[in-house]
Amino acid sequence: MLTRLLSGDLPRSRLLSSVLVLILLGLLLAPFLFPGARPLNTAATICVYIVLVASYDLLLGYTGIVSFAHTMFYGIGAYGIGIALASVDEPAWSVMLIGLALALALTVVLAFVIGLFALRVRAIFYAMITLAVASSFAVLASQLSDFTGGEDGRTFSVPELLSPGFTLMDQEVFGRAVDGKLITYYIVFAGCALLFLFLLRLVNSPFGRVLQAIRENEFRAEAIGYRTMYYRIVANVLAAVVACLAGALMALWLRYVGPKTTLGFEVMTDILLIVVIGGMGTMYGAVIGATLFILAQNYLKTLMGQASELLAGIPMLASALHPDRWMLWLGVLFILSVYFFPIGIVGKLRLRRLRR
Amino acid sequence: MSATLPVSQTTPDTALPAARRDILPLLLVPALALAVLPFISLPTWVTLTVAGLAMGMMIFIMASGLTLVFGLMSVLNFGHGAFVSVGAFSATMVLLPMRGWLEADSLPANLGVLGLAVLVAMLVTAVLGWAFERVVIMPVYGQHLKQILVTMGGMIVSEQLINVIWGADQIALPLPASLRGAIFLGDAAIEKYRLLAVVVGLAVFAAMFLTLNRTRIGLLIRAGVENGEMVEALGYRVRRLFVGVFAAGSALAGLGGVMWGLYKETLVASMGSEIMVMVFIVVIIGGLGSIEGCFIGALLMALLHNYAGFLAPKLNLVSNIVLMIAILMWRPAGLYSKGKL
Repeated sequence: MLTRLLSGDLPRSRLLSSVLVLILLGLLLAPFLFPGARPLNTAATICVYIVLVASYDLLLGYTGIVSFAHTMFYGIGAYGIGIALASVDEPAWSVMLIGLALALALTVVLAFVIGLFALRVRAIFYAMITLAVASSFAVLASQLSDFTGGEDGRTFSVPELLSPGFTLMDQEVFGRAVDGKLITYYIVFAGCALLFLFLLRLVNSPFGRVLQAIRENEFRAEAIGYRTMYYRIVANVLAAVVACLAGALMALWLRYVGPKTTLGFEVMTDILLIVVIGGMGTMYGAVIGATLFILAQNYLKTLMGQASELLAGIPMLASALHPDRWMLWLGVLFILSVYFFPIGIVGKLRLRRLRR
Repeated sequence: MSATLPVSQTTPDTALPAARRDILPLLLVPALALAVLPFISLPTWVTLTVAGLAMGMMIFIMASGLTLVFGLMSVLNFGHGAFVSVGAFSATMVLLPMRGWLEADSLPANLGVLGLAVLVAMLVTAVLGWAFERVVIMPVYGQHLKQILVTMGGMIVSEQLINVIWGADQIALPLPASLRGAIFLGDAAIEKYRLLAVVVGLAVFAAMFLTLNRTRIGLLIRAGVENGEMVEALGYRVRRLFVGVFAAGSALAGLGGVMWGLYKETLVASMGSEIMVMVFIVVIIGGLGSIEGCFIGALLMALLHNYAGFLAPKLNLVSNIVLMIAILMWRPAGLYSKGKL
């Protein structure tokens, strides 16, 4: 049963399994275990990032395509929901679904066209073209302020069932009121879990095997008789669609869309860092990486602030440990992991099991 | 590459055929400039054209190193933008303490300080480029995926280090006193600094063109771009050549960074990554590894950017992408490709 659910791709390491179970339970029970708005926000962000990163891993880790346009699709999903709901007075489910459908359609078309246009050439060329397209898209989104709200983005209200003021029943469940926020969290959680299982299924299907063959040796895959171009375009479109859905879930949770949080280049570098540190070519890497990264982003900064204050006397070191400089250390960690353990945390854990 | 050596040279007439000149892309720049002339009044057109040329020259200076490095070793440095930022920031080490000289209203004093700042910036970025090549890029030769990731990581780290060293705030970088303002050519206003940028850009292009086409080292570089293994087999150390080109390319990025910083008059650590997008588009348009293509691409993009900004501001945002698509439809590997795609 469990094997079926995970598409036969079990964690294959006792330590990894226990960490994964811990993360799953933590996310599942987050509203009850950790009271307060901030932990719940962190948990929802982790859920969405797991899916976003896993879908990027489908490109980078499984197919060997470097794309910098992934945040564009994430942003399209978020803006689809956001603009649709912000443009009506009475937020309704139907409006939301129309917005999502339009976003999905745009995503498919864009991913297909970019793929058709740029995937014919080498990896480097594709990376450059996606970078150019994505950054132009980000500029476009922040400039068309009538439509997208510009740099400030848009806040919007969600259908009543999901709004914070709504309560489903009067009594509390395990010391927590069943309000719209809780329902939204579980929608995000369930959506992300489904998308993740879908991706797991995808990479362990014959289709996923072909993608890995392309990553290992494209000529050979072609020589065996697979139309690599077709497979790469489909992988590109599928990854984009999942990213779009992740963006939609994030918008639903935040009740806000803005260029900084969805389209920014920072988001793209975050995704890259998570994929590499977690482990390329394993879906579980996305889970571990995203959880560590978001936790670090939210809580490590406090720690760094304290360290920085302790070292206030020493000029360089103090500013290097300033909370805003945490990307410096992650960047170093990123480079080191590309060199010394490109298989990432998950790969290392699995390898240890094999060696024993 | 299609030029084949005749086996026996019986008559001098059948000596090496001259390389075919491809002048079509050269005509694109004047064609674009003339095509928009009917829509804009002449003085405005002159202003816009000079502005576009200045911007194009700066982008060319930044992009040239990148495209050469790619051509020679097929290393694409996504961290190239870091050198742009570092160059601009290290120029402040000279420009800010010597502010008095900049404010003085004498052209020689201004240019002297500016020259010193550029020298420092280029020195710093050349050393940094050399170190970057050794530490970051060398371990991942021939692995494109890792190259992209590692140079991206290098970019993130350098951007953060700039914040550590020079502080996280914006730095204002005013133009020297004698370069402010504009001169008038009839009704057309031309900013002085832009003229200087055009002159510097042309000088860099001429120097680079002459080095590549008239010197021994240039010959080796061109041969290395064409077929690196063959040059190596003939006994030249392409590796060493490459490190030199990489350092020189980084120094040029530093120079471009100083010029861009003065053009914008403010410095932020992320300026490098912002401008990288334009640099990439230029490199793609020009054809990876081609200096001439890079030059034409930079001018085309900057001119179109300026004209579009004046004629249809909304369209301006996508003009780069439209240009890229149009060029790639015409020549899928860029204006001048070395057939390496």
